[in-house]
Amino acid sequence: MTKVFIDCLPFALPLLIMAVGAIYSEKSGVTNLAIEGFQGFGAFVGALVATLLAPAMGSGNQWLIYIAMLSAAIGGGLYACLHGLLCIRFRANQVISGVVINILSVALTSFLTSAVNTAIHGTSSNKLVLGISDRFNIPGLCNIPWIGGFFRNVYPFEIIILVLVVFLWYLMYKTSFGMRLRACGENPQALDAAGGNVERTRWIAVIISGALSGIGGMCFAYSLLANFSSGIYLGYGYLAIAAMIFGNWSIGRTALVCLVFGLAKSGGYQLCIAMKLPSIYSDLFLMLPYVLTLLLLVFFSRSNRPPRAAGEPWDKGKR
Amino acid sequence: MKKIRQGLARLLSGPHGMFWGSVLSVILTILTASAMLLIMGKNPLIAFNSFLQGCGFVPKAKYGGGGGMLGDFTHFLSYLTPMLLASLAFIAAFKAGLFNIGISGQMLLSGFLATVLVAYNKQLPSALSRPLVILVGIVAGGLLGALVGYLKYRFNIHEVVSTIMINYIISYLTGFFINNSYVDLMTRTSRPCPPGARLTLTKVVIGGVNCVIPMGLGIAALAVVLVWFLFSRTTFGFELRAVGENSHCARYFGVNVKRSVVAAMGISGMLAGLAGVTYYLGYTNTIIPKTLSAMGYDSISVALLGGASPLGAVLAAVIVSIFHQGSNYMSSTVGVSKEIASLITGILLLYASCVTYVRAICDRFLQRETHGDEAKKPEEVKAS
Repeated sequence: MTKVFIDCLPFALPLLIMAVGAIYSEKSGVTNLAIEGFQGFGAFVGALVATLLAPAMGSGNQWLIYIAMLSAAIGGGLYACLHGLLCIRFRANQVISGVVINILSVALTSFLTSAVNTAIHGTSSNKLVLGISDRFNIPGLCNIPWIGGFFRNVYPFEIIILVLVVFLWYLMYKTSFGMRLRACGENPQALDAAGGNVERTRWIAVIISGALSGIGGMCFAYSLLANFSSGIYLGYGYLAIAAMIFGNWSIGRTALVCLVFGLAKSGGYQLCIAMKLPSIYSDLFLMLPYVLTLLLLVFFSRSNRPPRAAGEPWDKGKR
Repeated sequence: MKKIRQGLARLLSGPHGMFWGSVLSVILTILTASAMLLIMGKNPLIAFNSFLQGCGFVPKAKYGGGGGMLGDFTHFLSYLTPMLLASLAFIAAFKAGLFNIGISGQMLLSGFLATVLVAYNKQLPSALSRPLVILVGIVAGGLLGALVGYLKYRFNIHEVVSTIMINYIISYLTGFFINNSYVDLMTRTSRPCPPGARLTLTKVVIGGVNCVIPMGLGIAALAVVLVWFLFSRTTFGFELRAVGENSHCARYFGVNVKRSVVAAMGISGMLAGLAGVTYYLGYTNTIIPKTLSAMGYDSISVALLGGASPLGAVLAAVIVSIFHQGSNYMSSTVGVSKEIASLITGILLLYASCVTYVRAICDRFLQRETHGDEAKKPEEVKAS
């Protein structure tokens, strides 16, 4: 049972950081289905930097992970500029733009991965191998029965994400910047009349969203795969979007939903082991988060209210 | 210079602007891809020639036993068939304002069901099994598509999210069944579909060259005409388009929006199902477990490049299929990994999605030119 809790957070927290990224973008009025692409591209940039620096720093060096996360954030942010360009500057259909970004990301990263591998190692492998992240126990808390599992075998990135999420919550709900950002997604004309800059706010929001998704993708690359390959595109970006929808675009509720997803995934996996089913059956349990998402969407989608201006290109002259 | 700019703007904002926009996207994509190939130190001319050679448009330097230009070309047609059907599937939903990115999942489910229910059934004569394969594909895809439409109007679930979830569910579910009961232990994919039920005739020798005959090509051609007819010549198609343009307005003049959403997704799913059976029981003849075909996503590029029109999709499908089908041969002559085909398709998609914006700019540019001239005239009179 403790195992369920141990495996829960390494899945739930990267999902949460991506969902928070999606919330930032959508609250500013830019529909963001591109999370999947952002996280993949961010993870690619992070993994690329890590593989390039690994010979110089020693592949076991834990600082490498932090550098990789930072580069993933930068890479995701830069890639998000493409979404910003299409949605904010070019006023394209934001749903189309999101899907375009995702498809391009899959193609671009798998091509670049094999190109980089050919350039560095001389073999066209489709993987960038990463080091293994250390895990540690939080003293004291990890000995609590049952929920102590949350504090056992913790990845360093979990702490980073928790701190980031608290900061982002503060930024969104307690600062004037966050206030403007939310106004931008509800009534951009009012924000414009009050002297705010709608386009700039949206640009910042989209870039933040890309950076956060990049971090999320890098965490998945370390925790799930220990490498970067096209296996990173498991649809978790879309799960994050679904989490945002049940969470009704609020960071607190979304965090709870992500926790439920995490428990469902690790619980399903442990159930499969506990029932001593052959490994072929694990596919059925891997399916659980997606089924759960669809079911939850059926029950919660109706009552939710997305930001009013999300999906609409900003038109200054509109009433 | 100004004349060129004006001419280009006229071309793009004119009645055939979508077409010229797509042509421009293709040219820009080829330029971008050439630049990438040059950076990698490869000759883009050889690369693009190899793409065409791999598809049987240009003769190769030499052919192996039984190979020939016609053989390559028929293989290309065999790939083109599902690609065309899949892009029609995307178009059918897109016209009604729906974004069906679950085409891969719908293809996989219908291909899987047709394989398991019909093709593996040895008692059926091939005269019966081929129509049944097509029927199962249409029904399975159509029902799945209609389900997405139902989830959209009844529960307000965005179709992009629901189709992605369904894609992964189908991928894992069919993967489980294939691994469990239908796997070929040598290839680790599903057992090949017997030739009697396969929608592509293989080993047909024409003039000493081994060819394949994709029977789905006729269905695809028929589907192009039907989709065109539906959306431009019938009331029902007009209603679907009205829902896509502005669903509030459509509801106001009496269209049943809910029914339209389900119907559009159903039609889209049926076409995707057809694409699925022609792909899995024609082109590949086997199903790789837990893998969604890239074709479902490439079809989006095809549809957008073709300006979401059925006839445009034919041209666009030919171009995108050339890159995919020719990538193997290109990889062998130039030595660039064949993933570049997906990348080229992705770049094509990126440019194609900007066409609407570029056309709007051209419109504004032309308006400013003409209005600018009119506004200037009185001033000139005053000054003189």
